[in-house]
Amino acid sequence: MRTRAALLLGSLSAALVAFALTSPRVVAADKIDPVADAKAFQNFFFQKFPNVKHEDFVNGPYSMNADMKRQWQEKEEFPPYEFALDAGKEMFATPFKNGKTYADCFPNGGIGIRQDYPYFDTKEGKVVTLELALNRCRAANGEAPYSYVKDEMASLTAYMAFTSRGKLMDIEIPDDPRALEAFENGKRYFYTRRGQMNFSCASCHVQSPGERIRAEILAPALGILNAMPIYRSEWSGMGTISRRFVTCNSQTRAVPLEPQSDEYRDVEYFLSYVANGLPIAGPGARP
Amino acid sequence: MTAFPCKPVVLVALALLAGVAVAQAQSTVADGRKLAFDRGKGNCLTCHVIKGGDLPGSIGPELKDLKAKYPDRSELTAIIFDETKRNPQTMMPPFGRNRILTEQEIGAIVDFLQTL
Repeated sequence: MRTRAALLLGSLSAALVAFALTSPRVVAADKIDPVADAKAFQNFFFQKFPNVKHEDFVNGPYSMNADMKRQWQEKEEFPPYEFALDAGKEMFATPFKNGKTYADCFPNGGIGIRQDYPYFDTKEGKVVTLELALNRCRAANGEAPYSYVKDEMASLTAYMAFTSRGKLMDIEIPDDPRALEAFENGKRYFYTRRGQMNFSCASCHVQSPGERIRAEILAPALGILNAMPIYRSEWSGMGTISRRFVTCNSQTRAVPLEPQSDEYRDVEYFLSYVANGLPIAGPGARP
Repeated sequence: MTAFPCKPVVLVALALLAGVAVAQAQSTVADGRKLAFDRGKGNCLTCHVIKGGDLPGSIGPELKDLKAKYPDRSELTAIIFDETKRNPQTMMPPFGRNRILTEQEIGAIVDFLQTL
């Protein structure tokens, strides 16, 4: 009996050792490892563009092209997002009908906190973006929600980003399998080809940043959300992260999702996490 | 003797046919060029430098000397139809497979590309 047990135990451990020896790669690939992913993601861009200062990636196409950068810097003297910023500041300070304000919904009164969004809400088991938190704040105070894509939402996020400028993106992934799954899901969405043009987000923003599509210069994915919201000349107005995702999808002839759908929230989580350590630069201006 | 009166007729018919063929080839080249520059259709210019096109993109290689590079037009057709077959990492949309362009439109673009 004892020998049989010993034999069984022996063969079992031999099998385990064999498994451990033969399949470490498989095990590593299966494990969701945001720290390693973020490092690899950042290194890819740092190596591809050795002359771009790390903190400059958040300036999108301007980090890729000296001429455009100069034009943009001149434009920044009278930035096109200024009206939205002023409106956002006023909205932020104006009490709801119940007398409360946005400041009551956020840590530190909502000032200088942009770099902490999106976060994973362990109670809800989902990613909560700043745009979502703003509309939830409104709902909690008896106010109707704003459109996620522009106007008031862009103004509010512009102001909140502005008060956080220079702070480093600081997204946390709590030790919760659902948070890891959200990160992984966002990553999967980002790298999956879709739509009639068969592009993934990565086709343009990882494979081809700095390249031109006609007159436009493609922005690097690294830090692409740090400058949100943006005034975009192409839109003749402001747009939020939601707007950016929706238009990216529709321009590549894919079917856009609903703003703040789970997948968009997860993509935002993924993209923001891999930009950890890069400064908030919003609101931004883009061609 | 019986064939003699027919001869001019045959010649005229042949000349007409040749004329039609040349005109057709010219029109497909013009169509192909239009498609290659059209933002809603081929839109080749968005990624490729093409002689005669303003503000070209830079993602793909310049489109020139294509007749020398691809003497067999079916190769060029296949690239436009679905380049992911040859290169799974390509940025190039599968114009045929995803029905962005019809077979006829791809043919016209190939005609145009062969003139570059």
